[in-house]
Amino acid sequence: MTVQAAPDPMLPEFLPVDRLVRETHDTFTLSFDTRGRGGFAFTPGQFNMLYAFGVGEVPISISGDPARSGELVHTIRAVGAVTRALERAKKGTSVGVRGPFGTSWPVEQYSGRDIVLIAGGIGLAPLKPVIHQVLKRRREFGRLAVVYGTRTPGDILFKKQLEQWATRRDVELAISVDRGDPGWRGHTGVVTTLLGRVSFDASNAVACLCGPEVMMRFAARELEKLGLPNERIFLSLERNMKCALAHCGRCQLGGTLICRDGAVYRRDRVLRLMATKEL
Amino acid sequence: MQTQTLERALATHPFLADLGQEHLHFLTSCVKNARFERDAYLMHEGEPAVSLFLIREGRVALESQVPGRGSVQVETLESGAVLGWSALFPPHYWHLDGRAVEPVLAFELDGECLRKKIEGDKEFGYAITRRLLHVVHRRLERARLQQLDVYKAELQ
Amino acid sequence: MHQTPLILPRGDLGRLLALLKRRGYRLIGPTVQQGAIVYDRIESDTDLPIGWTDHQEPGRYRLERRSDQAVFGYAVGPHSYKKVFHVPEERLWSVRRGRNGVELTSTAPEAPALALIGARGCDLAAIAIQDRILEQGAHADPRYVARRRDVFVVAVNCAQAGQTCFCASMGTGPKARSAFELALTEMLDAPHRFLVEIGSAKGAALANELELEPATSEDVSLAESIVARTANSMGRTLVTTGIRDLLVDNPEHPRWDDVAARCLACTNCTMVCPTCFCSTIEDTSDLESETAERSRRWDSCFTLDFSYLHGGSVRSSTRARYRQWLTHKLATWYDQFGSSGCVGCGRCITWCPVGIDLTEEVAAIRG
Repeated sequence: MTVQAAPDPMLPEFLPVDRLVRETHDTFTLSFDTRGRGGFAFTPGQFNMLYAFGVGEVPISISGDPARSGELVHTIRAVGAVTRALERAKKGTSVGVRGPFGTSWPVEQYSGRDIVLIAGGIGLAPLKPVIHQVLKRRREFGRLAVVYGTRTPGDILFKKQLEQWATRRDVELAISVDRGDPGWRGHTGVVTTLLGRVSFDASNAVACLCGPEVMMRFAARELEKLGLPNERIFLSLERNMKCALAHCGRCQLGGTLICRDGAVYRRDRVLRLMATKEL
Repeated sequence: MQTQTLERALATHPFLADLGQEHLHFLTSCVKNARFERDAYLMHEGEPAVSLFLIREGRVALESQVPGRGSVQVETLESGAVLGWSALFPPHYWHLDGRAVEPVLAFELDGECLRKKIEGDKEFGYAITRRLLHVVHRRLERARLQQLDVYKAELQ
Repeated sequence: MHQTPLILPRGDLGRLLALLKRRGYRLIGPTVQQGAIVYDRIESDTDLPIGWTDHQEPGRYRLERRSDQAVFGYAVGPHSYKKVFHVPEERLWSVRRGRNGVELTSTAPEAPALALIGARGCDLAAIAIQDRILEQGAHADPRYVARRRDVFVVAVNCAQAGQTCFCASMGTGPKARSAFELALTEMLDAPHRFLVEIGSAKGAALANELELEPATSEDVSLAESIVARTANSMGRTLVTTGIRDLLVDNPEHPRWDDVAARCLACTNCTMVCPTCFCSTIEDTSDLESETAERSRRWDSCFTLDFSYLHGGSVRSSTRARYRQWLTHKLATWYDQFGSSGCVGCGRCITWCPVGIDLTEEVAAIRG
């Protein structure tokens, strides 16, 4: 058995886990120390294929700060065999990494504009790098509104980070839960109700949506009603993914391959795809 | 509060936006200001529904007591919202608790007074009912999305 | 290449194959096995289906004896060249938990030099289509690339049309158009011989070694008329005008319900189609979780699993899966890879157990 001379994009790089932080009962954040390999460059919205030894591989968005080059961070919801295996990782566990793959939130296009980020559930993870990036170059952009909906107060991710951002005057943060609990004093109701309560100029704003597809459809319609054209609404789409190389054909949605042309799409380009049943 | 000032204040509430001067005036005899402290209840499930509330400030949580689960919060309503339609429709009982999670300032409209006016003046009745229908339409859309429980983990 | 065509006498076909073997090529050619003409390893011209022909209809395939000794007197069978380039199954790598952490070993592919004997225009076009996906995309599959590196193509221009094929509609035949070293047109009228077109320097070198005579202008005309006759007697036609928009714009056409009532989702069409490339990745390990490996295996969009997402299938109905396959093959392939995915070989029509004919389905959607 010999090692291939040509680069093989199917070979994972094994990185040792640096930290595993529990976010909620079913979601955790995995960090890798990448200083030894000169960092891990990525742009907000991209994802890696993470491999749990002997179990399998899943696509997971990178959720860390792109400017912190010494670490690679993923926030993962444990729902299946692979993600549950990753949940059992400890400091030093070897996890296979392939990537980064996919398209990014085109933040450069947002210069001078108001930005509205709408996140649902685990969808906050792929948007978090955008928040970091915008805050780092704050003066380049207009208003920044982060609208985040999730199931219950216990499911809120990145609590400490959100608390920190909530104290800033240059970002507006609105959180809603579908179901409140007795101790909750925040907003209860679907995330779309928050859109009327944050400030942005619909005539120039851009919106990035990430979360369950149904939530993105409802939220996008709400944005349309508020006057945002589809050319300024970006979404993150998802389908079954195995190779991430545009070789296995599984992630296709109509005429697009999500691993190659997505996951981030401009809404006008995917409107019909999202509206067709069982596509 | 003087009627004129009350009228002007009422006119600023989103629910009554563009309501004619005459109808606003008509309304003032049914309205009073209401203030609720933190954790005070605007309504209790099962009690007679006597008022319609137009929330001006603060946040009201709609809750239900579920044995074994305690108090379950269904929705919160903030400034601009309308709360308490049970006051307008038989059998006139609250079907949820309403608790002020933040101190609440609201216009409280007497249910019986409002019902009489709606029945008595068809134009006024239409103006109010049309607005209520719009609120219901939007609330239903949100309730349906909430029911879809989109963030539920699909275990694989 | 603009070298004049040559003549290869029937008796020298064996020599051509022997020379290729001597150059180190493994010969892959048509041969009769279990009642069909398949592509397999062959050693000499006697392994070829001499004097055989095929009779193909929707859902039917059988071999028949010819009254002559034609070497290539049939259309294509259930195999295509994806079995040698985009192989059905292969291991990609293995890992071991060693003392120094995880040890990863890539599996080197088996990549012998291959000579494709009797490759048809449709199949060569299909190879080019798969090259675009597996070799020329944003990422290249190094195993596929290794197997494609040293290939000698002896193409054949079809002298008779199959009953289910429609290469003329798709612009892929009957004359071989894509890269080949040599292209043969079989001429049966005595003497039994082949017109040989040179397609590359490698082909020219081999023809040189065979010391072939140049073809006469009559030979060239005869070969041309044979191919023209084939093109005019195709079993099927597919009108491709505006076909991309036709299928993309009609996801709710009632014809999809019609075909769904017949389709068994058996995946035969995807298995025999020379361009279908979809695969699955499998990760396995031993019981102690000490070693693990990853392999790739052909898969089909007709399986429920294929579109699995969040606890269920996106395309749970047969209707949705047939629509996906046909729309992808004839329409969205353009959006994804810049060409049609269909080469008009007719295999999907022949090998469908219920005889679904995609040329008929498209015509019905056109209305």
